Amino acid sequence: MLRKSSSTIADRWNTAILYACVASGAVVGGLARFLVSVALQTGTEFPWATLFINATGSFIIGLYATLTGPEGRLFASARQRQFVMTGFCGGYTTFSTFSLETFRLFHSGMKQTALMYIIASTITWLVSVWLGQTIASRLNRLKGS
Amino acid sequence: MIIRDIDLERQVQASKRTWNVLSGFVCIVIGSVLGGCARYFISGVVARNVGETFPWGTMIINVSGAFLIGILGGLATNQSSLMASTNPWLFAVTGFLGCYTTVSSFSLQTLSLARDGETGRAVSNVLLSLILCLSAVTCGFSLSEWLST
Repeated sequence: MLRKSSSTIADRWNTAILYACVASGAVVGGLARFLVSVALQTGTEFPWATLFINATGSFIIGLYATLTGPEGRLFASARQRQFVMTGFCGGYTTFSTFSLETFRLFHSGMKQTALMYIIASTITWLVSVWLGQTIASRLNRLKGS
Repeated sequence: MIIRDIDLERQVQASKRTWNVLSGFVCIVIGSVLGGCARYFISGVVARNVGETFPWGTMIINVSGAFLIGILGGLATNQSSLMASTNPWLFAVTGFLGCYTTVSSFSLQTLSLARDGETGRAVSNVLLSLILCLSAVTCGFSLSEWLST
């Protein structure tokens, strides 16, 4: 009985720590996204900033997930993975802003730009995560780990 | 005396700017904490109940986030609404919804479906996410326009 209750306390503590990791990662990611989007304000209609943010975030998650994965070169604890992947990458990238920007392009009659944005986004997201994984698995196979 | 007044005025302006920047950052930080935790919570609940063969958790999160951003984007077109001002927007859209929704998990999950040979599931994840999110943002926007008239 005592054992059970102490293990649930440990579980709860562990869950709380994981939430703290996600939350702190999300803060770093959210602020980074804001700063990048301010820095990349081009003044054109095409949402380059969000495209760049989502592509780099996908690249980082692909790279990190493979580097710290089962066959990875780097060891990362579950907490570190939650901080980087769920927290930082999740908070940095955004699907909602992408949706709103696409909608605004459609709404203002720029249907071609909107379609271009959708296609360019989907391709760059997937290519970025693939590139991240490919580079990481090359690194994993390097000798001397 | 006049020069001092100008100095004072400049200081007041500078401290107002500092305050605006700081309060904006605080809004993003609070929104990010809530959005990140909400995503972690919902994806955990969905994974436990539905399983992880298809990334339903990320889909539900992105679609609901798109619906909410549609509502807020619609409200922001009305200058007298709360969402037309900077800090509420930074809190709700840049902070909360920005951290709640995610592209990185979507990409990673799509790629791992494709790598596992589940090409059909990978393609349907992409198409379904795009269609549902764009429909959701349209519904949200129309809803807030309809409510405000």
